[in-house]
Formats: sequence, C-alpha cells, structure tokens
Amino acid sequence: MTQPGAFAAVNRFGLGARAGELALASGDPRGWLVAQLQATPPQPSRLAGLATGAQNMAQFQRSRRQGAADAQRLIRQEFRTTYLREAVARTLTQIEAESPFRERLVAFWSNHFTVSVQRPTLLGLAGAFEREAIRPNVTGKFRDMLIAATRHPAMLVYLDNALSVGPNSIAGSRRGRGLNENLAREILELHTVGVSGGYTQDDVREFGRILTGWSLGRTEDGDAGHYKFQRLIHEPGDKVLLGMRYAEAGEDEGVAALTALARHPATATHIALKFARHFVADQPPAAVVSRLAQLFRDSDGDLAALSRAVIDTPEAWANPLAKVKTPNEFVVSALRATGFAGDPERLVGSLRVLGQAPFAAPSPAGWPDIAEQWIGPESVLRRAEWAMAVALRAERAHRPDAFFAATIGPVADAATGAAIAGAPTAAEGLALVLASAEFQRR
Amino acid sequence: MHPLAPTHALSRRRALRQIGAGASLAALWLLPARLAYAATDRRLVVIVLRGALDGLAAVPAYADPDYRRQRGALALAEPSEADGALDLDGYFGLHPALRSLHEMYRVGELLVVHAVATPYRSRSHFDGQDLLENGTAAPRGASDGWLNRALALLGPSDRRLGLAVGQTVPLLLRGSTPVGSYAPQTMAELESDFLARLAALYRRDAIFAAAIDEGIKAQAMSDEVLGEEKRMGRETLRGPAAIRAVAAKVGKLLAAPDGARVAVIEAGGWDTHAQQGTINGRLAVGLASLAGALAALKEGLGPSWRQATIAVVTEFGRTVAINGTGGTDHGTAGIAFLLGGAVDGGRVVGQWPGLAQGRLYEGRDLAPTSDLRAVLKGILAEHLGLPRDAIEREVFPGSAGVQPMRGLIRA
Repeated sequence: MTQPGAFAAVNRFGLGARAGELALASGDPRGWLVAQLQATPPQPSRLAGLATGAQNMAQFQRSRRQGAADAQRLIRQEFRTTYLREAVARTLTQIEAESPFRERLVAFWSNHFTVSVQRPTLLGLAGAFEREAIRPNVTGKFRDMLIAATRHPAMLVYLDNALSVGPNSIAGSRRGRGLNENLAREILELHTVGVSGGYTQDDVREFGRILTGWSLGRTEDGDAGHYKFQRLIHEPGDKVLLGMRYAEAGEDEGVAALTALARHPATATHIALKFARHFVADQPPAAVVSRLAQLFRDSDGDLAALSRAVIDTPEAWANPLAKVKTPNEFVVSALRATGFAGDPERLVGSLRVLGQAPFAAPSPAGWPDIAEQWIGPESVLRRAEWAMAVALRAERAHRPDAFFAATIGPVADAATGAAIAGAPTAAEGLALVLASAEFQRR
Repeated sequence: MHPLAPTHALSRRRALRQIGAGASLAALWLLPARLAYAATDRRLVVIVLRGALDGLAAVPAYADPDYRRQRGALALAEPSEADGALDLDGYFGLHPALRSLHEMYRVGELLVVHAVATPYRSRSHFDGQDLLENGTAAPRGASDGWLNRALALLGPSDRRLGLAVGQTVPLLLRGSTPVGSYAPQTMAELESDFLARLAALYRRDAIFAAAIDEGIKAQAMSDEVLGEEKRMGRETLRGPAAIRAVAAKVGKLLAAPDGARVAVIEAGGWDTHAQQGTINGRLAVGLASLAGALAALKEGLGPSWRQATIAVVTEFGRTVAINGTGGTDHGTAGIAFLLGGAVDGGRVVGQWPGLAQGRLYEGRDLAPTSDLRAVLKGILAEHLGLPRDAIEREVFPGSAGVQPMRGLIRA
C-alpha cells in the first residue's frame, strides 16, 4: 500500500513515478529524497560527448570573423542541430532519471539563471550552460553557482556583458564604446536581491561598471571562447554598490560584489520565496519563506542544506496536489509513467506545442511557476490532445486500472477511478489518467 | 520644440462631435441598466509588446535638433535620404520597416502617441508589464487585468466578448468576466464525448474545470468561424510567420457577427540591449514582423476594420542615447500606436519634451508627458462607449487625476 507521502516524494520533489518508483520511495520517502542529495552522481550518460560552451563559442567567434553571413549559417545549421541534441539529451535525462529530485533541482536553478534561445546565438550555448554552470553546483554554495552562471559564455552573451566596455577604460576611451547594463540589472532583479531588494538605477550603473571586463577570451593554453577578465575594457576607479564601496581591483571587484550579493539578506528572502513557491504552493506561507531564508543565511547559501530544509518542511507534504505541472513536468512525468519515450525528435516538438520548448523561456525571468500562467482554456485542450496521442501509442503496454493505481491512485477519489475503469477503450482510459487534474498536479 | 500641444489634437469639428456623443450618452442613462451597455459592434485589439519597444526607433523625432547627436549610430537618415525615416508630419517619421503603417497614417487610420508612459518609473520589465496590465499605479496593485474589468462594463452577455490569444490568459484579460481564447491547433482534435468525460472529471478542480469549459466553448467558436482553417502546421508556432498567421485568424474571429469584440495579442523580442540596428538588424526584423501582423489582422477583420481600434502598447521605452553595445537600455517614455478604421488618425499626439540632455528623464530617458492610462481611458470611453465614472472607478482605479485623451476615435 502506497502512502500519500510517497506520492508527494515522487511528484512534488521528483519528476513523477517511473515503474516501481512509488514502491521504492514508500518505505522512507524523506530518506529516499535525502539520499539523492548526498552522493555526487556521475554525469548522466545522455549528456556525454556534447561539445562545451567554450568550444561552441569559439566556433561562433571564428565564423563571425569570416563575416555575418557565416555566423548566420552557423546558427541556422550547426547550432540548431546542437540545440536539438542538447534538448533531447536533457529531456531524456529527466525521463530516465533515478535521482529525480536532483534533476528537479537542476531544472529549478537552470530556470532561476535563465539563458534562452530566444537569442539565436544561444542555440549553441544554452544546453552547455546548464551542464557546466548549474548541474555541478546544485548541492554546492549559491555564491559559487552565481559566479559560475555569471561567467559562463552563454550568460555573457545572453545578457550582453561580453561586449560591455568601460567608457574610461583603455579600450573604451580609444574606441568610444561603452557600458551595457543588462546583466548588472538582471543579476540584481532576478538572480540575487530581487526587484524589491532596495537598489536604484545608480546601483545598476555602478554594478555594470564593476562587471566591465567580465568577457570572453583565450585560456593560457590558447583555447578561445572561454570566460576571461579583459583588463583593457574594465572601467577604472572606485564604485559604490548598495552602499558598499569597491576600490578599484579589476576582476576582484566583481567577485567581491557577487559574494556580497549572494550574502545579502534580500537575496536569502528572494531565493526562499522562489524555492517555497516551487516546493510548497504558488502563494507559500510567509512562515515557510522566512524559515528557509533564515536557513539560507545561516548556512551561507548552502543549497544542499536548503534542499534538505524544504524536505523537512511539513507544509511541502501537506497537500500533495498543490502545484500544477509545467508542460515540461507534464510531458516528462507522462513519459516516465508510460515508459515510452518515443521518437526523440518528437519530444522537443511536444514540448514546443505545449508551450515550453527546452531552453526557450520568453525572458530572463524564466518560466513562470504559478498555475494561472500555465492552465488556460487552450492549454488544457492541448495537454489533453497530447495525452490522447501518447495513450494511443502506449495502449498495448498498460491496462488503465493498473496504470491508474501506479500513478494517481494514492490521491484520486473513487469516482475518478470508476470513470477511468468505465472508459470505452484502453487508450481513452489511459488518456483520462494522463489528462486528469490529479496527474497534471504535483 | 515641436508645435504639438494638447490643443493640436482637438479641432472644433471634433469638439462639436463630442458634445453630440455626450448628449446621446446622457439619453442612455434613462434606459434600464441591463440594456444600457449591450455588446458593442466596435472591435478593440490590444497588442502588448513585451520587452520594451524603443519608441524613438519606431517613431524617430528626426527634426529634433538633438536627435542625431543623442542617438548616434542609431539615428535614422532623414526622409529625403536613402533608407530614411518615412515622414509623418515634418517632425516625426516612421521606421522604414513600418512602411505598411505609413500608408495607414496617410489615410488617417494610424495615430501615434509619443512620449507616453504608464505611471511606472522603475525599469524592471516584469513589474512594468504587471502594472501595464493590472491598470493600477503599482506592480501587483490588482490581481486582474484592466481590460477584463472593462469587459464587465459592457454588460451581461452569454457571449465571450474577450478573446485571449495563446495557450493561457494574459493578466490583461484575467478576471471575473469569462473570456474566450484562441491558439493554433496542430494536434488531432479530441472527440466531444471524450472532452465531456474529462470535463466531468475536472468538476472538483476549480482551475481545470473553468479552463476546460472555456476551452470547449472556444473550440466550438473557432470551428464555426474558421472551420478547417484553424488547423496550422507546427512550423507556424515560431518565427515571424507565427504572429502573422495568428493575427489573421484573430481578425476573422473578431469579424464574426457573434464573435469576440476585444482581443489581446502578445509579442516578445523587443529588449534590444545590443546590436539593435537601424534599417537592418534585430529591431528592424521585429518591426517588420509587427507590421506584417497588423496587415494580417486588418485583412482578417475585413469590413470590420472600419469599426476597429488596435492599440499597440509596451511596458516602457528605452534610453535616448545608444549604449556601449549598439543598443539601448531600459528607459521610461515611448510610443503607443492606435490603428484602425475607427481611429481619428494621421496625427502624432502628445507633448514633445525634446531630446536636449536637460530635458531627459533622469538624464537618460525620453521624458513622459502623457499617461498611457489617458489614452486607454479615451479609447474605452469613445470607442467602446463605456461611462467615464465607471472607467475611473472600476477600470483604472486611482486615476482620477489623469484626464482621458479626447478625439482619438472618429465619431
């Protein structure tokens, strides 16, 4: 007999049950989750053999030197292929994950530090960003993830900092180029202290000046396309950010400023709110947010500790259906449940049709995490249509009543079970399970 | 200084027309309230450009003495020069990618409001959009959208007068008045029997129940109006063709005799911090796509274009000066376009603050001289015929000090 606790463990914290997973989690749901945080897992096999962000960035820079047409062709051909490979590899990694809580954390932090293929150059960089800047840090320190994300070629390109030049720097005064404040603003507003974090336009400007020089270049071995601090474009002089003076110190100014932002109390509250929204409810109780914020501050932004703390939050287990699945969560959980991944190319198409193509968030704020942003008159129909399409391909592998018991059985009422048992065909029965409100929640 | 002034916008002829409109409104008060504001034949489409359109790029003040110096490499050539701005009134021009809008301006169907902004004065896209849609003076100042509140004033109707375009309902249209929806259909449509069974399962889940009920109604409506045309290939889900294809369908849905009357279309990609470009580049591509969508919408509307107003709005403008990377950063005032057969166009309205350094807001942005709510209130009053006190009280609460702009709509 499965307890509701196991249902929450595999759905709220995990990515939906694969065959046998509910049973696996049911003995000790909390222990099953905590165990996923302890081991340092090997890189998922689906992610092996993909090019690094620096390699793709270097390729882009080479093509740009050949001319704009070459760069366009690279994006339209090679980078589009790269994107599809990355998107498929990432989605299959989620579908096959045996540490689904860890994969959920990867997706959460990847969305927090959004880079998006809405900027076409990112087609070659967005997948690498998640693999290189996010994945290794999900149980590390927030500060380290913040610095890794800020320095990744994908972020430097997406939010334009690679090209930002101090007007009074050696290169700036010579060529009349200047500042771009995009990355500085979004780090403050989205990645750290939040829009109510108390910064002003002057702070945005000053932080932009601090970050000049955080750009791209060659490593000591001569490899291009990497993060490199470029002294020649760094704005000289002291800067003041959020009341703190940063004496001229080149790259160290940025490191010090990001460290201070990571430790800022407003950052703790901002992260705690997003975390609680993801794991508790769209509008989480203030007490939960303040407990998680306190833990974030006390642990100096230890993300493993934060993840353990949310497991230990009773409110996260109280209502197992409080959250609505995003399209990505819906597709991944449906395919985990049916054990049917289908044609990899169609996977990305499915996600696009349902409104959430991988690495394609509409803005640097990332994908929304509240029900009304995902559930509307058209989206419920599209999800139901997709559920039927999957059911038609999976009908021979599953009996509706057993499928019901293995998925939403622990939380659905008898009427739902009866409706599914009474469906005229197996495909319709399976489709009703997948399209049910219970299955679309977590 | 440009001679535009509020008086410029209001001719004697138009003033007389307004007196007439006022009189007929007064007469309507005598009717039973239930009938007073029955569904309108007017059409209103709000196009939300997310990401902050650079108003000075779309509508350059090419004759402003400081224009060229301030904009640097982003300045467009004069109308008389090759690839120059398309002249509007000898002072302002249109970006060359908006050529089809230039023709609308010439025939009096495009009106530009310049130096306009919402009351929002910080520079966050997300707060700026929230406030643009919620209709108050503060981010999260309301949890429903001003356009939904306006729909409520159209009076009771069993029709869905509002139309959300896309998979979910944007904040602008969210609220207590149910709205219809349209999104391209690319998968096999479900049997009505299956949908009925699913809807029955959703009864105990308020969010899903409401969504599927509206979805089933919307599907019936788009089946009736569009028939087989509603199906689209997956290729139409992205790229510039997508918004054009969708806009054409929205036009038809609005044109249907018992169709929706108010629709919202969203378009992203305006956050041009780098390599914004002039006649070519990121922004030109976006503007051309917008022009294509507007043309498709006009075509879809057919004869209903005569009764239509299309308002193109964005959360804020961008910096006047070019930034260090060939783009512009988040700013304050920008432009709004009003288009359609109902619009009394062929004019650029607003008060021009000038581009001299000392005239800029916080030394960097185009200074706001018009409140976007004044424009929207004017449209709701003159185009949809909503009563002014209700607009003030329900739609844009706390905006009593913002006088509705008059004369935007042909009588």
